[in-house]
Amino acid sequence: MKLAESVSLDPYRLREDFPIFSQKMHGKPLVYLDNTASAQKPRTVIEAMDTMYREVYANVHRGIYELSERATQMYEDARRKVAHFIHARSRREIVFVRNTTEAINLVAYTWGLANLRPGDEVLITEMEHHSNIVPWQLICQRTGATLRWVPITEDGHLNMEALDSLLGEHTRIFAFTAMSNVLGTINPVAELVRRAHAVGALALVDGAQSVPHLPTDVQAWDADFVAFSSHKMLGPTGIGVLYAKRHLLEGMPPFMGGGEMIREVTMTHATWNEVPYKFEAGTPAFVEAVGLGAAVDYLSGLGMDRVHELEQALVDYAYERLHTVEGLRIIGPGPKERGGVLSFTLDDVHPHDVAAILDQEGIAVRAGHHCAQPIHDRYDLVATTRASFYIYNTREDVDRLTAALHRVAHLFRG
Amino acid sequence: MYDLYAEEILDHYKFPRNKGPMDNPDRVYHDRNPFCGDEVTFMLKVRDGVVEDVKWEGRGCTISMASASMLSEEVKGQPLEALRNWGKEKVLELLGIPLSPTRLKCALLPLKVLQVAAWGTREEGEVTSND
Repeated sequence: MKLAESVSLDPYRLREDFPIFSQKMHGKPLVYLDNTASAQKPRTVIEAMDTMYREVYANVHRGIYELSERATQMYEDARRKVAHFIHARSRREIVFVRNTTEAINLVAYTWGLANLRPGDEVLITEMEHHSNIVPWQLICQRTGATLRWVPITEDGHLNMEALDSLLGEHTRIFAFTAMSNVLGTINPVAELVRRAHAVGALALVDGAQSVPHLPTDVQAWDADFVAFSSHKMLGPTGIGVLYAKRHLLEGMPPFMGGGEMIREVTMTHATWNEVPYKFEAGTPAFVEAVGLGAAVDYLSGLGMDRVHELEQALVDYAYERLHTVEGLRIIGPGPKERGGVLSFTLDDVHPHDVAAILDQEGIAVRAGHHCAQPIHDRYDLVATTRASFYIYNTREDVDRLTAALHRVAHLFRG
Repeated sequence: MYDLYAEEILDHYKFPRNKGPMDNPDRVYHDRNPFCGDEVTFMLKVRDGVVEDVKWEGRGCTISMASASMLSEEVKGQPLEALRNWGKEKVLELLGIPLSPTRLKCALLPLKVLQVAAWGTREEGEVTSND
């Protein structure tokens, strides 16, 4: 898997690592362009989980027998791999959760409930996914804190002047996405964290879209919390990650109570296990964690710089090709300033119609509000169609998308 | 593969029948599908229990708009009593194509709106349920 530094990735070769592409969809080769929703799985991930079920399956952190110890070892190795992948200081800063949504809820319900008071402010942005909106709305209702929003500019960037006026002594946490799941905008994470810290606020980064597609260095960001999901980065569903600085984890109350998260339980009280186990009540999704570890190995083998480079080239190409479709409008920033996500409208053709016609051509895209209604309201749109890329997408995929969109335009205009 | 975009459906979408405002309607109902943002309003003039005139407004996908247009043609001149028995089979018969569960919701929104306009509030989900 290790490639020479100078060699670019070849999506045609990488496709062969993904069993799903061996099938046809409506009689045509599958063009999968819904990677922002979830990514396909390479054989190594599927096999790592299969092997664990077949050969090394037993509950972790429990048994004093060989199988359980080996399973525990594999689970903790996966934690180490993830820590290394995002440049955490220690594996103890990696809490395994179900997904990004659970990671953000964990912070909101533990740190948030313990620390937010009336008069405090939680700052988020107009380009957030519902998973980084709704938990804060709920916690603000519970605590009396106020939720405030950073607006975005017409071309899909955060309004940095507005940010400076919104950040203040009352801001307790600034929670923002590293990369928009609708606009594709890549936010200047380190700079945003720096501004939050300057007013004494914590910074939570929603890395659901960025971690699978860009190099991640939580120490360079100096982020306090980073949330991301396995299933968008070639790993299985059911497992995700909350990264948090260790001293913050130490100070936070537990999220859920149960087995594994305790040190000692009496009939009247309990004391908590050390981090990160304090936050991992019950039997964890350890086979999925091992699958995530295999996905991390796969991506590390490719090199995240090269993953980004490959997608950048594809976005450049797609941006140009899609604009040949009359009436097509891409929302958000230009191709150099975004990740592999293109959300667009096509005249007034409803995105469900666009997606249904593309489906008949074997092309999978997302249609709707992509769990981000505020950003659609911002552009006065009910819904958009979204094409999003990953390492196995080719120029040919873009060409087939473009051709199919020409047919949609023709069908509705003719 | 079935043709979701059969000529007749596209024709109703591009040239919707009975679409537009109505002065002093006897019955009006508006609803939307929050999942995809489709919305439909039906307006009826009713005399002696019979639908004398119908207009509708709305925006949405081909399937929901064609369904509204086709239903508006079908309902004119019908006794209100007849509408009571219209269900998803009626809509599928009008559209003439099979639909996936997701698209069935699009197709059934106008029927729900029409029936509530005619009969008042129905039990939640009775019309839009897929099964």
